[in-house]
Amino acid sequence: MDKQQYKITQISVFIENKKGRFYNVTRVLKEAGVNIRAMSLADTMDFGILRFVMDKPDAAYRALIDNDFIVKKNHVLAVGVEDRCGGLSELLKTISDLDLNIEYMYTFVNALEGKAVMLFKFEDIDTAIEKLLNAGADLLKEEYFRKI
Amino acid sequence: MLWDKERETLPRKELENLQVELLRENIDYAYRNVPYYKKVFDENGITPAAIKSIEDIRKLPFMTKDDFRDNYPFGLFAKPLKEIARIHSSSGTTGKPTVVGYTKRDLDTWSDLVARIAAACGVTDDDIVHIAFGYGLFTGGFGLHYGLEKLGATIVPASSGNTKRQIMLIKDYGATVLVCTPSYALHIAEVARENGVDPKKEFRLRIGMFGAEPWSEQMRKRIEDELNIKAYDNYGLSEVMGPGVSGECEYQCGMHISEDHFIAEIIDPATGEPLKEGEYGELVITTLTKEALPVFRYRTRDITKLTKETCKCGRTTARMDKPIGRTDDMLIIRGVNVFPSQIEEVLFNIEGVSPHYQIIVDRKGALDTATVMVEANANLFFDEMKKQKQLLDRINYELKTTLGIDVDVKLVEPHSIERSMGKAKRVIDKRKL
Repeated sequence: MDKQQYKITQISVFIENKKGRFYNVTRVLKEAGVNIRAMSLADTMDFGILRFVMDKPDAAYRALIDNDFIVKKNHVLAVGVEDRCGGLSELLKTISDLDLNIEYMYTFVNALEGKAVMLFKFEDIDTAIEKLLNAGADLLKEEYFRKI
Repeated sequence: MLWDKERETLPRKELENLQVELLRENIDYAYRNVPYYKKVFDENGITPAAIKSIEDIRKLPFMTKDDFRDNYPFGLFAKPLKEIARIHSSSGTTGKPTVVGYTKRDLDTWSDLVARIAAACGVTDDDIVHIAFGYGLFTGGFGLHYGLEKLGATIVPASSGNTKRQIMLIKDYGATVLVCTPSYALHIAEVARENGVDPKKEFRLRIGMFGAEPWSEQMRKRIEDELNIKAYDNYGLSEVMGPGVSGECEYQCGMHISEDHFIAEIIDPATGEPLKEGEYGELVITTLTKEALPVFRYRTRDITKLTKETCKCGRTTARMDKPIGRTDDMLIIRGVNVFPSQIEEVLFNIEGVSPHYQIIVDRKGALDTATVMVEANANLFFDEMKKQKQLLDRINYELKTTLGIDVDVKLVEPHSIERSMGKAKRVIDKRKL
């Protein structure tokens, strides 16, 4: 089984909690011709961690580094969820039953007809792919995020 | 290498006899030529005969920067201006500048003492020395220049500013010795790398002579690693001469003071009482051979300690530690004495921390707050908040253990802390006391 196809490249950016910093990140991405497909912001009093899934992660990574941002590249999984009451709960039960550790997660709503997409950062991505596929979860392939 | 073997290895007894003799002569000389000293010595009953041993120096009152200001500009000079060959002075940003003068003989002594410290850390007449100290009223540039010239080295008097050009000169002219402030040395390494020049491969540097600002052992390691050199500390201040008062030998175990030209004491900055050998306190210096401007018991405001044990290099002269701070940049935060150098040591011991930091002290209500700003970089950034917090908690914990007080640690974006060409501005005190 090719696990690579399920690994979605995510770019994380360190930003200071200061006026205009978030805008600067999006401006750099715009100038690099990158489309943001999903994002989340984890914030504290002083700084934040921006996480993105984009159509052109490599171009985004280069552009951000060239503009002196502190950037990390890593992988998340995208799982389709029924867009109805209880949909997320059922998926989280599966994950819990499979004994998989989630580092963090965020949503990506208007992705598929009748479905929402959850992005997960698992402690062990390879085990997560294997177990989730076996459990019949709807794992999205990376190519999905490449097209608009 | 010993530049002046006889003088630098005098048995301590002989050295102290020489100091007493020179001090007596100097008191007599200053009394006769400087009205200010005549007045001060008369008031305190100081005569050459009052000095019987080296401890008798304690009968003399201290001098401070204020004595220079009160006698601005030339009131302390013991020679008419006709015999003054050069003037140097401080920037005067905090009031009237401090003015110092040198006779031809003083300049010659100065060059000789700088040649001593350069030879002590291994510089020879085969070296190409890049001097990135400002040439001008500041004693650093000219002081090092003439001393190294006397030693016979090839000098590139680059002066300060335009870092990219400095990097080109260091590379193209094959400099083997770099002279500047330690923070500027790190800045050169950083800018070089940013511009695609690998200092380790493309520079031929082997020795760094750094001074004019306090720096830690961790910073030394970092400079040595990033530039692939041996980094040596040297010390001086314009009021008593300039650079060349003391410098490290190849063993890097304290800076040898040229005691045949200076008497060094360590005092408690609060009480003025002498401290024992090995105790940290304020360094006080008396000149023994300055013609144009003899100075007695000048309070340097630098906090250090002395050892008089003979060094492995054979020199018998007293060694002073790297100053750990200045009496006037010692921060008192919630009643606790904190030196910026302590914070620097903690930061540099944490893997991946960048050398650029700043300490901001403020007061909220009646309580002092201290925030340490550290520039983030890829080594300090984790995608997960948990790990990010762990790192900040660790820095916090280490600082608290060392300083004894709680400080906030804040990660800031790269290049958001101002880079300096000269002395780095490490502390911003916003308290209105």
